[in-house]
Amino acid sequence: MVKTVNVWIDGNHIEAPETMNIIEVADKYGIHIPRLCYHPDLPPTANCGVCVVEVSGNPLPKRACCTPVAEGMKISTNSRKLRSYRKTLVEMILSNHDVTCPTCAANNKCELQTLANNLGVDAEHLPQILRKHKHDESSVSIIRDVDKCIACGRCVNVCNEIQTVYALTFADRGFESHIDTAFAGGMANSPCVNCGQCTVYCPTGALREQSEIDAVWEAILDPDKHVIVQEAPAIRVSLAEEFGMELGTVTVKKMYAALRKLGFDAVMDTNFTADLTILEEGTECVAKLKAGDPRPLITSCSPGWIKFMETYYPDLADCVSTAKSPMSMFGVLAKTYYAEEQKLNPAKIVTVAIMPCTAKKFEARRPELRDSGYQDTDYVLTTREFLRMIHEGNIDFKNLKDEDADENMSFYTGAGTIFGATGGVMEAAIRSAYTLVTGEELEAIDITAVRGLQGVKEATIPVPGFGDLRVAVAHGLGNARIVMDRVREGLAKDGVSPWHFIEIMACPGGCVGGGGQPYGNDMAMRARRGEGLYKEDKEMKIRKSHHNPEVMGEKGIYARFLGSPNSPLALKLLHTYYFKRSTSSGQVTEQATHKHH
Amino acid sequence: MYQEIFSKYAPTKDNLIYILHDIQDSDPQNYISEEAVQAVSEYLKIPSNHIYGVLTFYSMYSTKPRGKYVIRLCESPHCYIKGSENILRKMKNTLNVGIGETSKDGLFTLELCACLGVCGNAPVMMINDEVYGDLTEDKVNEIFAQLREVK
Repeated sequence: MVKTVNVWIDGNHIEAPETMNIIEVADKYGIHIPRLCYHPDLPPTANCGVCVVEVSGNPLPKRACCTPVAEGMKISTNSRKLRSYRKTLVEMILSNHDVTCPTCAANNKCELQTLANNLGVDAEHLPQILRKHKHDESSVSIIRDVDKCIACGRCVNVCNEIQTVYALTFADRGFESHIDTAFAGGMANSPCVNCGQCTVYCPTGALREQSEIDAVWEAILDPDKHVIVQEAPAIRVSLAEEFGMELGTVTVKKMYAALRKLGFDAVMDTNFTADLTILEEGTECVAKLKAGDPRPLITSCSPGWIKFMETYYPDLADCVSTAKSPMSMFGVLAKTYYAEEQKLNPAKIVTVAIMPCTAKKFEARRPELRDSGYQDTDYVLTTREFLRMIHEGNIDFKNLKDEDADENMSFYTGAGTIFGATGGVMEAAIRSAYTLVTGEELEAIDITAVRGLQGVKEATIPVPGFGDLRVAVAHGLGNARIVMDRVREGLAKDGVSPWHFIEIMACPGGCVGGGGQPYGNDMAMRARRGEGLYKEDKEMKIRKSHHNPEVMGEKGIYARFLGSPNSPLALKLLHTYYFKRSTSSGQVTEQATHKHH
Repeated sequence: MYQEIFSKYAPTKDNLIYILHDIQDSDPQNYISEEAVQAVSEYLKIPSNHIYGVLTFYSMYSTKPRGKYVIRLCESPHCYIKGSENILRKMKNTLNVGIGETSKDGLFTLELCACLGVCGNAPVMMINDEVYGDLTEDKVNEIFAQLREVK
């Protein structure tokens, strides 16, 4: 049992477990202690010193992020002395920060800006000494602007401790100390998987996506181009917060309206190909189950996870579903099926994907994802970029009239929409795989065991005629490692995986917590966005992918174009293969699996 | 290539510093290469980025190739008062290098360091493991000439 202690914060008596740090206790009680490097999702590092508080019996202030509470402690969080300390600290940080706020990607979302403002910092007080490091623009997904970095260490923390990707590190010491990749080779030559969690945890604009906004405007304004847009499931629950609506509100119809206003020629939906993914991946899974394959099937939608697997678990590449992600399925179908139906020249089609993700930018540029004969997905915009475009387009999002998507490639089921939350792909797959195995419909379709924010979730689903289907769900790559190590262990020991089917998402919380999502994105917020998706699912008439009439119906895409799930054409267009990558440079060393023939 | 060094140490994290020293000392160019870091990473199961962090934190390690002889001239107050600045200028001119650079013949790399603890003989420098004190411009010439002969 953890002992409870009595403490007084700013005169308020609080009972708290003695294992908690002062800042956690204060947060829980609703007392905000200013901070810069501390984040509730990450282990404390005590780098910045802004969270100093006065503690009875101590002549010097203590850092609230790493000082545990103790019996009888009297804590003062906002004395004149503390305000003066904090002000000096922030002035020193600003003196080597590239203060270009109005043009910064993090303007108005920047924790340093807010803090400096709240503390009444005098920017003229100290001279500006910039380190003039070069921007790291090597990656197609993420830019590192070292002059905006305040060396708080959150990115290093999330990259190494939470994601276990091991791309970023502190390098050099003293004034020269900065964050870098090994041998300063740049993100593109590191094991970085482009998950972008560093960008969402960065308190300033030092880490951000490579923007494709200009290229997308260019395409939209080109009368010769037919510009198609698709939006990932998580987007529809991640826009509301920007416009003063309740966090996690489903704004799908306003989203379509905004896209049409921006000038896209065709407004479709990634959720449609999410349903299609279930049919392709579900069929693959059922074939494996029926054959009694002791190796598991692992989902393939998350591009951060795919590069992570190629880097750290290439020996298990054959276990990963060959199905492309919903985004890439959409891209290839837009330039084949849709082009044929609409009698359009695929060379003049531009496909834009709006994703909660920075790794999708990398995925879109994978040389193997060109089965349409063109780059299947031309541009990827993160949620943050999309929001910026809405502002640039001067759109009053909150008051937009609801609109529907175009008729083509946009209809979706509840199963498609929950792809955006951790466990969602698994739940959607079970709803359909059950039918594919037994020929009967699953009645209890809310599979709550795979929902929620527990790092690794397990469930056993009895499937008549097959037996117990054992599944696991992991979100966050540190959790993925736990699951993959157990698979490796099981296969090495007796050749059998502990689970039949595994869902892995690179980002904590799944896509609603993606690296391209709005700033200020902690686990509690991710959970509320996820709840928005489950609510949308619950309210839908059709909640199983194989009931999507546009997919499986008489006039669905299989009947009109693809034939059947895993047909030769489906395998050609909708499935892919994987590589093995170096753990130091992230570069391809050899091909790990092959394309179906 | 690094197996001989690894065989002296158990694959535990606390051996990292020793292994890095041995690798640098056995390298003809006095540095630790990316390949070496990759090999250490695999042996000790420490990610490359962590090893890079350690390498750049300690000034005794170099991640760039250096000369056969690494000169570390003390820049602390005692040596400064006794004229280390003149010695530094002399060495820069003689070797035609800046601080942190290697002479064209690949023999000498010029570095600065903090107090070496032999202030009684200031100004002082170390060349590899050897300490040289009471430096004058002539003495520097002599030392360089001797080392050039050894090759």
